Amino acid sequence: MKRVLIVSLAALLLGLGVTGYAWWRSGPVAGAPEGLLVRDAASGLITGTDRRCERFYRAADTGVCLVVEPGAVPKTFALVLDRNMREVRRVRIAGIPSRARVSASGRMISWTVFVTGDSYNSGGFSTWTGILDTKTGYLVTNMEEIPLFLDGKRYYSVDVNYWGVSFAADDNRFYATVSTKGRTYLVEGDYANWRAKTLAQNVECPSLSPDGTRLAFKKRMPGGDWRLHVLDLATMRQTPLGEPANVDDQAAWLDTKTVLYGRAGDVWSVPADGTGQPKRLVTGASSPVPFPAAAAAVSRMAR
Amino acid sequence: MYVATAKLTRLRLLLAVPGNVVALGAVSLVTDISSEMVTAVLPYYLVLVVGLSPLAFGLVDGLYFGVTALVRLASGYAADRWQRRKLVAGLGYGLSALSRLGLLAAGASVPALGAAVAVDRAGKGLRTAPRDALISLSAEPGQQGQAFGVHRAMDTVGAFLGPLAAFGLLALGGAYDLVFVASFALGALGVVLLVLYVRDAVPARVPVPVPAGPVATLATVTPPPAPRPSLRLPTDRRFRRILLLACLFGLVTLSDSFIYLLLQDRVEPAFFPLLPLGTALAYLLLAVPVGRLADRFGRMRVFLAGHGLLALLYVLLAVNASPLAVLVLLGLFYAATDGVLMAAVGPLLPDATRASGLAWVQTGQAVARMLSSILFGLAWTVLG
Repeated sequence: MKRVLIVSLAALLLGLGVTGYAWWRSGPVAGAPEGLLVRDAASGLITGTDRRCERFYRAADTGVCLVVEPGAVPKTFALVLDRNMREVRRVRIAGIPSRARVSASGRMISWTVFVTGDSYNSGGFSTWTGILDTKTGYLVTNMEEIPLFLDGKRYYSVDVNYWGVSFAADDNRFYATVSTKGRTYLVEGDYANWRAKTLAQNVECPSLSPDGTRLAFKKRMPGGDWRLHVLDLATMRQTPLGEPANVDDQAAWLDTKTVLYGRAGDVWSVPADGTGQPKRLVTGASSPVPFPAAAAAVSRMAR
Repeated sequence: MYVATAKLTRLRLLLAVPGNVVALGAVSLVTDISSEMVTAVLPYYLVLVVGLSPLAFGLVDGLYFGVTALVRLASGYAADRWQRRKLVAGLGYGLSALSRLGLLAAGASVPALGAAVAVDRAGKGLRTAPRDALISLSAEPGQQGQAFGVHRAMDTVGAFLGPLAAFGLLALGGAYDLVFVASFALGALGVVLLVLYVRDAVPARVPVPVPAGPVATLATVTPPPAPRPSLRLPTDRRFRRILLLACLFGLVTLSDSFIYLLLQDRVEPAFFPLLPLGTALAYLLLAVPVGRLADRFGRMRVFLAGHGLLALLYVLLAVNASPLAVLVLLGLFYAATDGVLMAAVGPLLPDATRASGLAWVQTGQAVARMLSSILFGLAWTVLG
């Protein structure tokens, strides 16, 4: 009987400890930064709204919010939001949210999720990238079937994975990363004709600049880290940016001169021309999105 | 009334396993809730909170495997060397529980997260062989299959509840770190249960030393050298034959994730996470009856039949049979091979070297399965 008592006591103490921790950790939400929409890490809330997302992006009057609803089987959704952050469409997707983007006009929405167990080695992952045309309502849940031309030749393989889509201003041309046989390539896609061709190697999570001339991307370094670079599409020249640390994010452009990204739990900015130093804009946040109304204020802050 | 009593008696008969085995089962149940909680949410945590690309994270998994294999052999040896199975197993349980706090403390540091996961795997490697040796030593030679069946069923109940508990906590508004804290608490509770309820079955043949005089020094109280365990393979011929067989079968065993991958064309993506739960459900329901069957008709016979079922499973996969049938067969395969193999090997080993002997079988089988998944993986990539 003494043993039962000890076990009960231990269970009670441990239970109290867990409850205490739950109470202690529910601190206040971080303050809303000026001129930016971000996702507050502690609460999951998007700045100044009561919308909770794992990944978020918005452009013009369209927002995309990737959410995971917990349950015996967690469910993932891509929510299409209007200018007031109200849900206008809900797409059931499977996997863990990774990237979310909206084209500048607000028409084309894309996202990438990691699908667990979709690989032969245990602990393996693969990516599913979806594209939603909000004008026609047409949905591609996994773009891996798109005809791919690698170095000009039609390419077939079961192991292609796409991630990190970024649409151009015409809402047809897009950039993305494809991986196959252990290599990653930058692809340029044509949405209307549904085909893609590789442009360069080792370019991940491209993000097209507002003027459409450059791509910010993460490049895998020999040591295994990713470094932010900018690729000039006219000359195909790559410029490393002034952020020396490992960055695993799809950058967003604040304006034509500055990129935003999440790193180590905070939101940072760095000049897009390779000069300058990274600056921490928001602590405890991710998914930075320029918010035009106040973007000028952040531009000043970022300089 | 009579029917109810008869039913109760049957249930009692079914659970008529030594208290030590039930205690070990309870420890495993609680510990498995704890560890499966973390396994279920870790990918979400790494991507959503830490911001990692799991494509990069999966690569280190192979490395951990090597660590686990070595730790398992060493722990079997240590448990035999000092005849302290409970202590070594307890260290393993404790280490895994502590690794949850490591996850919490690691924050966004990838090396620290990797270290925490490695500590968890090391803890798992540390506890498996001494725990199975305790089960084996606690049960009569004729009831090994049933004892292991009860233990594995309880263990799998924990594995079944873990993801539900984790996502339940998240649904209640908890965050991922709260899942780690709760997992640590359950892990610690498992250690408490082990300390209080599990007895180390010290073989009766080891003579208890009597202090020589009234001034017994520490040195005189230490027991005389137990039968010397060594890192060498046990010499029993039947043991070696079974070990060889287990390794050969391991080489043709597809990994679970590979089977689930093949099933994914046939189920909705939303149900992918349910596939392992289906297998677990079949396994936990079948482990005890199949274990009893093994005691009655021969454990190696059941073990072989289990692999016959595996062959049938491959055929079902090839002809696109229903995923449900595949999951049930997979659960049945585990019920007929996992605990049953330990039950078959245990009685062939001397009491004093049982932990290291079982460690050899477990490690041999695990290495063979690892090789098999690498080979299948290569074939899958190359042949497409």
